Amino acid sequence: MRVVDELLLDVRDLKVEFHTLHVVVHALQGVSFQLRRRETLGLAGETGCGKSVTALAILRLINRPGRISHGQVLFEGRDLLALSEPDMRELRGSQISMIMQEPKMSLNPVIRAGDQVAETLLIHDRSLTRRTAKARAVEMLASLGIPDAPRMAGRYPHELSGGMAQRIMIAMMLVTRPKLLIADEPTSALDVTIQAQILEVMKALIREINTAVLLITHDLGVMAETCDRVAVMYTGSVVEIGPVRVVLKNPQHPYTQGLLKTIPNNVAPDQPLFSIRGQVPSLLQPPTACAFAPRCDRAEERCRVEIPPRYVLEEGHHVACFLHQGRPEVGALPEPLTERG
Amino acid sequence: MADEKRENGQPLLEIADLRVHFALREGVFTRRRDVVQAINGVSLRLRRGEVFGLVGESGCGKTTLGRAVVGLAPVLTGDIRFAGQTVVGLTGRAARERARRIQLIFQDPYSSLHPRKTVRDLVGAGLKFHGLAQGYEIDEQVLLMLEGVGLGLDHLYRYAHEFSGGQRQRIALARALVLKPELLILDEPTSALDVSVQAQILNLLKELRRQFQLTYLFISHNLGVVRYMSQRIGVMYLGHIVETGATEDLFLRPQHPYTRVLLSALPSLDPDAPSKRQVLAGEPPTPINPPPGCPFASRCPDVRDICHQQKPDLGQRGGEPTHLCACHFPRLEQPAK
Repeated sequence: MRVVDELLLDVRDLKVEFHTLHVVVHALQGVSFQLRRRETLGLAGETGCGKSVTALAILRLINRPGRISHGQVLFEGRDLLALSEPDMRELRGSQISMIMQEPKMSLNPVIRAGDQVAETLLIHDRSLTRRTAKARAVEMLASLGIPDAPRMAGRYPHELSGGMAQRIMIAMMLVTRPKLLIADEPTSALDVTIQAQILEVMKALIREINTAVLLITHDLGVMAETCDRVAVMYTGSVVEIGPVRVVLKNPQHPYTQGLLKTIPNNVAPDQPLFSIRGQVPSLLQPPTACAFAPRCDRAEERCRVEIPPRYVLEEGHHVACFLHQGRPEVGALPEPLTERG
Repeated sequence: MADEKRENGQPLLEIADLRVHFALREGVFTRRRDVVQAINGVSLRLRRGEVFGLVGESGCGKTTLGRAVVGLAPVLTGDIRFAGQTVVGLTGRAARERARRIQLIFQDPYSSLHPRKTVRDLVGAGLKFHGLAQGYEIDEQVLLMLEGVGLGLDHLYRYAHEFSGGQRQRIALARALVLKPELLILDEPTSALDVSVQAQILNLLKELRRQFQLTYLFISHNLGVVRYMSQRIGVMYLGHIVETGATEDLFLRPQHPYTRVLLSALPSLDPDAPSKRQVLAGEPPTPINPPPGCPFASRCPDVRDICHQQKPDLGQRGGEPTHLCACHFPRLEQPAK
């Protein structure tokens, strides 16, 4: 086990709404989780459950018509939602970086790869000269296993393969040695053999520079191999969180159990695959009950009328499900939370 | 077992030494023409009622192979025979009949459905085109088919954008199956879907195959899905089939080094037993003017001199006559477990 490190990120009851002409989409319905230094937390869940919105909200990148309506994002004790925009801009890229799924969409097509990596350095450290920044960028590319790094640094994004582009992206985001890296599906657009390469270099580099990682992925296999802890999201809230071993081997929330059973690995071909019945509910109504209750085989009366709190099953393993009622609840939030305009 | 029955069956689809090349022009004034050798001598047979899985990474030619079967890719040499008849270069009525009997399901149900047509028009268009039904018969057959894929009357007059990814893939399936095809080419049918929706669609595909006695060419990069769906598998690399065999045989006793790497790259769901991942150096070479010799030679962990000079044939290497492998130095030992 790792030494328990101090708290780096504390997301408390985060709510995000998107206001359209007629309706309000409640994308995040009270997301809470904590991330310690040097820890890798996986955020799992299906399309539309709010994984990416959570990442964007932490960086305050939710644009109109979306807005963060409630909650706190404490980064090293400071509430990011209360920072001024210039302070926030200073933080992004230097303290918290984010890798997106589609590397080619995130790279500037008319700037050479190496220059884009160097640019990140120059923005956050004015004392650097262009030359040293470039040298450090090339060094970074080499440490990510890019063959012939000086030549690759001179290429434009369209000349790179998907795997190379993602390496450039990772170099760009880690060259400033951020304390927190948010990786949103970093390998989902890549082939398996390239995915394996990227995961290896990413893991090595993360260890080297001691970055905490929030890894968003729908691939539970990738999660099993990379993360220390896993948080499972469903319709805008975290339904189960705990050490990766516990959550994947002994899941306690019916949704997590269902999700793991739907994966066709090691299912005999003559057996039908398990599938969770029904559909993901719409996010148009703020929740008044357990969002999974309509699809849950073990739902009881209480599940349909009340939102389950998070129960503590054991140290660090929390499950938001009434099946575990009677267990201690996760302590009431320490500070009163204020509504945000 | 059903194996015996299949052995006796005529091949429904037979591909013989197929080559598909695309010409690329570099610039407006250059004479030099590069050639993308997308498929470079692929042979395979599908028996009626069988599911053949085709796996490989982006650019290996698996999609092109599927498209060549329905006449959407230019065949340079080789033959594709469907139910005993060649389907290369068909035109007119014969091409239309082929289009009815071989249906293609695309990966992305968000772009394969016309956004301004209702489900009734989308699913019924083929019936109209092939003259299989008219007027209210179209509605009847469309509705029947929709019910077969788990949709219903209240979906009939809705537009594609009103549906989720899984439902759209059901519409695409209904559109294909309403024409009573014999062969379905499924090109990554669940890659754009979430796992829980993927499970529903895979179950539906199995059910439909039983119900309509379909044959599937199942193209995917997801080994777990292919293993669950297919009876036989072909592994493609750079326009070649490098290994093919019965699913379990191939998974338990992979012979080709590339197959072994692919299998080892499958992430393990058990944090206590991480997969013993073989990380390959480098990336697949481009299929533009590939070097002679074995296509995998540039990344192969077991490469020797001969691999760079001589292309290995696809043939039996181990004890199993249906298990073919194209490698000079296949690994034939028994599985460790």
